[in-house]
Amino acid sequence: MRSANQIERRRQRRRRRRRRILSSGLYNTVMAASTADSWSWFPALALGVSFLKCLMINSYHSTDFEVHRNWLAITHSLPVSKWYHESTSEWTLDYPPLFAWFEYGLSHVAQHFDKKMLVVQNLGYASPATVLFQRLSVIATDVVFIYAVRECCRSVREEKGSKDLLVRPYFILAALLLWNYGLLIVDHIHFQYNGFLCGILLLSVARHLQVGNFITFPFEQGRHLEGAFLFAVLLNLKHIYLYIAPAYGIFLLRSYCFTKDNTDGSVRWSSLSLVRLIALGSIVISVCALSFGPFIAMGQLPQVLSRLFPFKRGLCHAYWAPNIWALYNVVDKALSVLGLRLKLLANLPKASMTGGLVQEFQHSVLPSVSPSATLICTLVSILPAVLSIWRCPRGARGFLRCLVVCALCSFMFGWHVHEKAILMAILPLSVLAVESREDAGIFLMLATTGHYSLFPLLFTATEMPTKVLLILLFTLYSFTSLKKLFRGFLLNTLEVTYLLGLIAVEIICEVVYPLLPWKQTLPFVTLLAKSVYCSLGVSYSFIRLYLSILRPTDKPKEL
Amino acid sequence: MDTWSLLSICVLLGLTTRWAVSLNSYSGAGKPPMFGDYEAQRHWQEITYNLPVHEWYFNTTDNNLNYWGLDYPPLTAYHSLLCGHVASLINPDWVELHTSQGFESSAHKLFMRATVLIADLLMYVPAVVLYCFYLSEGSNRKKVCLVLCILLYPGLILIDYGHFQYNSISLGLALWGVLGLGLGWDMLGSLAFVLAVNYKQMELYHSLPFFCYLLGKCFKQGMAGRGLFLLVKIAVTVLVTFTLCWLPFLTDPGQVLQVLHRLFPVGRGLFEDKVANTWCSLNVLIKIKTILSTDTQLYLSLAATLLAALPSSIKLLTKPTLWQFKLALVNSSLAFFLFSFQVHEKSILLPALPVCLLLGDLPLPAVWFLQASTFSMLPLFLKDGLFVPYAVTSSAFVFYSVYLLSALEHSSEEELRLRPVRRLVCLPRVDLGRIARWTFYLSVAAMAGLSFMSVALAPPARLPDLFPLLVSVFSFLHFLGLLLYFNVVQIAEPPSPRRKNPKKTE
Repeated sequence: MRSANQIERRRQRRRRRRRRILSSGLYNTVMAASTADSWSWFPALALGVSFLKCLMINSYHSTDFEVHRNWLAITHSLPVSKWYHESTSEWTLDYPPLFAWFEYGLSHVAQHFDKKMLVVQNLGYASPATVLFQRLSVIATDVVFIYAVRECCRSVREEKGSKDLLVRPYFILAALLLWNYGLLIVDHIHFQYNGFLCGILLLSVARHLQVGNFITFPFEQGRHLEGAFLFAVLLNLKHIYLYIAPAYGIFLLRSYCFTKDNTDGSVRWSSLSLVRLIALGSIVISVCALSFGPFIAMGQLPQVLSRLFPFKRGLCHAYWAPNIWALYNVVDKALSVLGLRLKLLANLPKASMTGGLVQEFQHSVLPSVSPSATLICTLVSILPAVLSIWRCPRGARGFLRCLVVCALCSFMFGWHVHEKAILMAILPLSVLAVESREDAGIFLMLATTGHYSLFPLLFTATEMPTKVLLILLFTLYSFTSLKKLFRGFLLNTLEVTYLLGLIAVEIICEVVYPLLPWKQTLPFVTLLAKSVYCSLGVSYSFIRLYLSILRPTDKPKEL
Repeated sequence: MDTWSLLSICVLLGLTTRWAVSLNSYSGAGKPPMFGDYEAQRHWQEITYNLPVHEWYFNTTDNNLNYWGLDYPPLTAYHSLLCGHVASLINPDWVELHTSQGFESSAHKLFMRATVLIADLLMYVPAVVLYCFYLSEGSNRKKVCLVLCILLYPGLILIDYGHFQYNSISLGLALWGVLGLGLGWDMLGSLAFVLAVNYKQMELYHSLPFFCYLLGKCFKQGMAGRGLFLLVKIAVTVLVTFTLCWLPFLTDPGQVLQVLHRLFPVGRGLFEDKVANTWCSLNVLIKIKTILSTDTQLYLSLAATLLAALPSSIKLLTKPTLWQFKLALVNSSLAFFLFSFQVHEKSILLPALPVCLLLGDLPLPAVWFLQASTFSMLPLFLKDGLFVPYAVTSSAFVFYSVYLLSALEHSSEEELRLRPVRRLVCLPRVDLGRIARWTFYLSVAAMAGLSFMSVALAPPARLPDLFPLLVSVFSFLHFLGLLLYFNVVQIAEPPSPRRKNPKKTE
């Protein structure tokens, strides 16, 4: 009796369980079908961040706001021949010609908001209509970025993805890019057009990634050319992207112009396709000709170039970007202090490093660094990475990795690097981060440190809650989503300790230090501390990423 | 993603939105001599910080009641005192007696905004999170979505962080009251609600449901035994809390009378400005304000209010469940808003709070109401220079609440609980759900259109108040319709929203 009862009960239980599993499975597949296959979540994500951007219209804006207003005025009210000669404002036009044309286009919309912002003599003009227009122009041109993110998400590889939309790699990538903390504060509070520019970069990267995808196979060659075209346009919008040009050049030459490899993977010299080379060359040259042509015709090329490459500025920006030179400066400072204490040195030139002025200065103990020295350092550091993708190209992913390394090299060793330049590495790295576990760890280190190093950009008290809330939002999301995606912790104890140290640094710099008496005599110590601490983290991520590109490919994981 | 991180992300999003709105202008910025609510709050800090308690509510040489005299209950005054102390620590000029009048600076704005954020973070946000996780149904994902939608409700954000007030405290306390009652901690609930009433007298709009729910519960437990004991416990809690709040004023009956007189200024007339309630809308047709004497107006409004709140209160008394309680909160506070005496446009936040609690159960009507309530305050936002944040936050709210709560998918006749209407009126065979959806689209489009017209077009010279009036009449129609709807849902529907057995409802 009892056993019959038990059997019956067990059978019931099993039936119930089966029903539950069935229903939950059904629910999941329905959910997956309704949410994942349709891209309805993408506009939601993109709209959300656009709404947030609109809310920040009244935030603090830096002098870059006036820079761009001045460029609007110059391009609108002066003939092309005067664009690179005009110097009423100290913020002269120092971006390449295509960007000037971009401002020229914007100025035609601007005149419907407030005509006075288009007068060159109206220095520092910032009426509410001007603010509204300039902010909206950044938000509107971000459409390029949003489109590029969508294209990147579509080219992400997926391995037996979970049913849950929130842990799909493409969803995470979209969130990481669209809601990127750095872009939000640099573009929409500090004021710049990085979203638009990075959008073109990512779009170009996405075009290269999409090649090899069987769906786009018929357009394969066209996609590479499109990517090259976009990058050429980008170079003529902002020349800072020259730093990553080596990655592009070598990749396109090696993987596009040479069509075949030897059996050992090295390049087969005879397979050079002249048609491809000519197509590529003509695209790049025609874009540059369109941009610089008029100025060459007017004989203004030297003037334009002198505006674009102002080597009169100092080694470091007013606030040191967290790179090698920040460490170098600190070592120099420490040595000089030590030398004076120990009476080993005498009559040192007084180095005022972060005195707030952008000037050249002499190091006290270590040799001073000249612009050409930084250029050589940068090129030397780029070389191994570029060589590695020449010797064994690892597809578009290898190229992307090389691109990030180039961006980081220029950040680490460049002359007068802005802290904002770290975005050039963080954004493309996001794409790699959702595809491989190791890159995800590097991304978390680099993004968190790099984003924190942007804090001094916004120094007003009102922006304090905004930047803290936004960085918490982004960091929390990136950690939890990547952890879920790769099912486990991505950082080791030391790395976590270092990142927690950022909180301590912030509290010490913003809360404890102002209460101390040295605040008056040494006001720049906090900036120094932040940049040195951050440069440790950035250097660490840089080295790890560099090692990953030099490692021989033993597994055919990369495409 | 686990629930905790999603929840933290949603809360952070809510806070970021709040702070971003607070970067905008506030009421009366740079508009001497009277300024606005921002100056009123600062002035209260000045008064409470510098004067002894017994002078706070009296007109003296140091306290000119015509210049933003204190007209909120004692808890607001204590809060002002606390803020005043902090302010004087940072910069004594901010609360200097007399000389600080009309003080404005960016540092002071930052301080004031920070006090709102802190109050919100301590009172409102935790209450919302707890409510969604303990008193709403569905998966954890859904609860998180609900938290985000409630926190993004633009009306409250714009009034607190734009216009400048501390509604999050009184509403937060009321929400703690709902939480207490919902979780069965009646004493704590009533304590929180009494504190809410003592922070802002407008919370009395919610008092009928609280009273009826507790009384109904006592009846249910039997007035002879445990019910009576519960009643006594609650009564003692309420009385003690009240006494403690009013302690400094109890020394003299004159004090109490003066405070009461300040709290309920009967002489100020039936309504002020353009408010989306019955009297103001009726005023377009009949000039009630001039025809009737103040006393008649008072009685008329009192009678109308009680009449409108009566059905839901009686229903709640007989069936004190959480579902009934939430609906009764909506119905009663909306009845007060529509019919009572001296209503401000900002008082729509009081019905909006319980409607937020219904977002999970009746998404479409709730979103509709909340959007209409934000829209009804448009003239105020325009005056304060808050059009951009208004447009952005309301579009964001409508988009996200409809998307996350799938409001349009959950709008069948069944889910809108419109079955009883069909039974009542014997409608022909039309799909009420579809009608509701289409009316919703039209109404949102009309609101968007009216908003942009208000800001872009100049009104005709003969009708300078055309747009504010249109806005208030248009929102009044929404409120009236939704009052009827929520009453129908409360009275006709079998009260338990939990459908354990699907066969039962069919």
